[in-house]
Amino acid sequence: MLLCSITAVTAQRVIDTVSAAEKDPDAQQPWADLGLKPDEYAQLREILGRRPTSSELAMYSVMWSEHCSYKSSKVHLRQFGDTMTDAMRERLLVGMGENAGVVDIGDGYAVTFKVESHNHPSYVEPYQGAATGVGGIVRDILSMGARPVAVLDPLRFGPLEADDTRRVLPGVVAGVGGYGNCLGLPNIGGEVVFDPSYAGNPLVNALCVGLLRHDQIHLAKASGAGNQVIVYGAKTGGDGIGGVSVLASETFDETGPAKRPSVQVGDPFMEKLLIECTLELFAEGIISGIQDLGGAGLSCATSELASAGDGGMHIWLDRVPLRDASLAPEEILMSESQERMMAIVEPSSVERFTQICRTWDVDASVIGEVTNTGRLVIEWHGETIVDVPPGSVAHEGPVYQRPYARPATQDELQADSADRLPRPRSGNGLRATLLTLAASPNLCDKSWVTDQYDRYVQGNTVLAQPEDAGVVRVDEQTGLGVAVATDCNGRFVRLDPFAGAQLALAEAYRNVATSGARPIAVTDCLNFGSPEDPAVMWQFAEATRGLAEGCRALGIPVTGGNVSFYNQTGDAAILPTPVVGVLGVIDDVRRRTPLGFFAEGQHIWLLGETRDELSGSEWAHALHGHLGGLPPRVDLDADRALADVLIDASRRRLVAAAHDLSDGGLAQALVESCLRDGVGASISLPSGLDPFIALFSESTARAVVAVAAEHEARFTDLCTARGVHHAQIGVTQGRDREAALDVYDQFRIPLTELRAAWSATLPAAFAD
Amino acid sequence: MARVVVDVMLKPEILDPQGKAVHGALPRLGFDGVRDVRQGKRFELELDGDVTEDRLVEVRRVAETLLSNPVIENYAVRVEPS
Amino acid sequence: MKIGVVTFPGSLDDVDARRAVTLAGAEPVRLWHGDDHLGGVDAVVLPGGFSYGDYLRCGAIARFSPVMGAVVDAANDGLPVLGICNGFQILCESHLLPGALIRNDSRRFVCRDQRLRVDNASTVWTSDYSAGQEVVIVLKNGEGGYVADNATLDRLEGEGQIVARYLDTNPNGSMRDIAGVSNERGNVMGLMPHPEHAVDPLCGAGTDGLGFFTSVLGQLAAHH
Repeated sequence: MLLCSITAVTAQRVIDTVSAAEKDPDAQQPWADLGLKPDEYAQLREILGRRPTSSELAMYSVMWSEHCSYKSSKVHLRQFGDTMTDAMRERLLVGMGENAGVVDIGDGYAVTFKVESHNHPSYVEPYQGAATGVGGIVRDILSMGARPVAVLDPLRFGPLEADDTRRVLPGVVAGVGGYGNCLGLPNIGGEVVFDPSYAGNPLVNALCVGLLRHDQIHLAKASGAGNQVIVYGAKTGGDGIGGVSVLASETFDETGPAKRPSVQVGDPFMEKLLIECTLELFAEGIISGIQDLGGAGLSCATSELASAGDGGMHIWLDRVPLRDASLAPEEILMSESQERMMAIVEPSSVERFTQICRTWDVDASVIGEVTNTGRLVIEWHGETIVDVPPGSVAHEGPVYQRPYARPATQDELQADSADRLPRPRSGNGLRATLLTLAASPNLCDKSWVTDQYDRYVQGNTVLAQPEDAGVVRVDEQTGLGVAVATDCNGRFVRLDPFAGAQLALAEAYRNVATSGARPIAVTDCLNFGSPEDPAVMWQFAEATRGLAEGCRALGIPVTGGNVSFYNQTGDAAILPTPVVGVLGVIDDVRRRTPLGFFAEGQHIWLLGETRDELSGSEWAHALHGHLGGLPPRVDLDADRALADVLIDASRRRLVAAAHDLSDGGLAQALVESCLRDGVGASISLPSGLDPFIALFSESTARAVVAVAAEHEARFTDLCTARGVHHAQIGVTQGRDREAALDVYDQFRIPLTELRAAWSATLPAAFAD
Repeated sequence: MARVVVDVMLKPEILDPQGKAVHGALPRLGFDGVRDVRQGKRFELELDGDVTEDRLVEVRRVAETLLSNPVIENYAVRVEPS
Repeated sequence: MKIGVVTFPGSLDDVDARRAVTLAGAEPVRLWHGDDHLGGVDAVVLPGGFSYGDYLRCGAIARFSPVMGAVVDAANDGLPVLGICNGFQILCESHLLPGALIRNDSRRFVCRDQRLRVDNASTVWTSDYSAGQEVVIVLKNGEGGYVADNATLDRLEGEGQIVARYLDTNPNGSMRDIAGVSNERGNVMGLMPHPEHAVDPLCGAGTDGLGFFTSVLGQLAAHH
């Protein structure tokens, strides 16, 4: 639709100019086709005092789209700032609103990280959608002045056995790997989750971590009248024109294929050159402002840079190097061609700038200059086609107070608890349940996916999937490092969005602490259905409130993130999925705690309290297809205390292994800790607790750890001091062929049998 | 301006995993009776001026040194009628 | 002792190769693809990555870079040259090594800790191993299937030019489980797995890969 209207404009080859708009104020304009609402069109006429030119219309429509303007989410996202205390701000060098937040990790180092979605493009063209998703977030991180050092990819798909999943998943995984591997970025974590609600609406989120020195922070602003505006990197083509406003903001339905515009195609080799070239430009100190060209392309970069700086910019659009000479100015403004950046450079540095670009075979063109006029003026072959206040494009878009309401069916959903489901009672029944769960799509071995990603490149990966958190070394001398984990159990969020979002936060926080790192910051990717549905909007409002309050309770700030609405097919929205990424810092990566048992005779301890909490659990989902009741009780104080124990124990080198308890409960944690290095365990379940509950409950704030005998007293003292419930539940066995997971009085499973069940699922599903 | 096309194919004895995958997919899509599929590359070279025998010799050299790897690939050069 | 590590546009494991050289006790020297000389280094490593995007064929364009002219000449004069992954592909494209590397038979990129057997411990790059020694080294490639005609493979077997083979599973469909080969003289070696990612017990797969780098130092010292 969008392409049609643009083409119609350009087919006549009459360029709509500002003077034409003044002369012909009542010309009919395709604002509705471009996704603008009547009041939005009226608002923009009012801002300009005339009708917009077709180029201006293109710019406003894309910048005021949900994806770029956050018009439905803005009022809720404010809470992340409102709930931030001074203590939380302490490490924050750059907060929300920039390309990505930046946090201090000590020794003069800073880390920037952010997670973004590329959901709909990945459904249309899985390989390119996922690849360009990685490319986009990497450029966001780069444009803060940082060297990208790791990526993580939280992925969600429809049922494993669905035909469409077999189309989408291999393409997405190959795209993530194909692009990230080619950039030389280790992929250290993420998730692979299956649920029917993601059928036809996969979630492809990508998180990137970047490293920089404090004095290297760069911002997206164009200051200093007379400074030059340079676009460098790939040439501009017709990729994904309008992809942002149309593709990312509308729902797929049977009648709408015409709305799908062209797909963006990524060139990771170009991006790799762009990274190295940009880092050299930063080192040279000649970039005064920088912005990547992502969603909304030049429209976004010019308006955001101008409005954040001295407020004016003059662009000669015909100087933009084109891959396709037939592109009209409207299309050039909206093109989402990948691997492009925009920099603001003093005139005296332009020559050095282009020289460095030439070293890397990167094209660079001066296309404009910074002004102090307060206007963003764009010329096309001598005619003015855009003359607007840049802030009105970038920041003054409409803000909606979308109506929201707790749906009437929520009570019914919460009343239908998992208590009514039949539970296994015998040792054999528990054994069969454990094996079924270990082989279930959400809990099985994910190496079919993660082995397609390079986790070693750059030589600093200390922990990577399937570990609880990915850990990379930052400084080879001191051992300083960072840990990152992403999590979200969408079923919990569906049952109670407020608690569910906090449980996602708590899990990511716990995963980081399990590795031995201290959590310090949060990024989130809020994947939801249509904001026009009050029930979805209620989920969103509750989830953001939960997350904001949770962050305050844990004392870690949200530094940035992304909202993805309209994740639904027809009326059916996805499970509300606020993916939470937590970043931690570890002063010496040599003390990191891995999840696998690796030595015989160490005592296994269960930390935290186990309650009868099976609603929304993996057991209810995988064995009964049931979703109802209330999620496990949130206890952030308990999670904080547990984290303190895990971090302190790592610091004092008291624990040999630690693994957080989440999906699949204690049973799954033991499976993973045993199989990691092929070490068995003899377990004696805590007395006074029903064995089924002990094994499969998903109560929060828990972990299993392995402790060598000589450290036991100091370790238990630590737990006692922090008030963390601790119970010795077993001992690690040897690594021999007889190794087994042996649960006293209940069952025994040889690790060979366990591994066969756990590792067969994905290879079988994706066999050629 | 003239167009010369260079087709590069893996030698018949070299395993072609991509071609094999396509071949495997055909019956699943209901296309029967395809005995084998091999996947190759096609290069289109736009030359200035006319195609002469000398130019073709040059193109063959390009095909042999850069566009194909003679260890695993064969190539064929043909002039596209304008 | 100086070991040059070449950076092509798209090289990725060049930093890691330089780190491995340092850990082995030598001085790493950065070489740029546009250089037409090797700066007097005692050996050269062509690192992993996706040189020039690997868009035509892996290594096909890197072969024509100025530095490769110097590498080919020096290799023919006996300079030790190790090509890792993409470097192996470049060496095959340059005809310094026989055979070629094609897409993995699984058609997927694979990253894993791979068990290998060092079959020839008498080359300049493997002398610190013992023949038949089993090691674990990181493997990560999309086009690592080694192919050559049978006559060539028989000759490689006969001359001891198959330096390392995959154990347990063949991860990429390589003929005769070949993980690495050398030229006849033994100074040029291509290895699909990444020994530079097995030099530090903290980051990577143990330290089994360090021997490739220490071997060449020992050999160079012996001949100096």
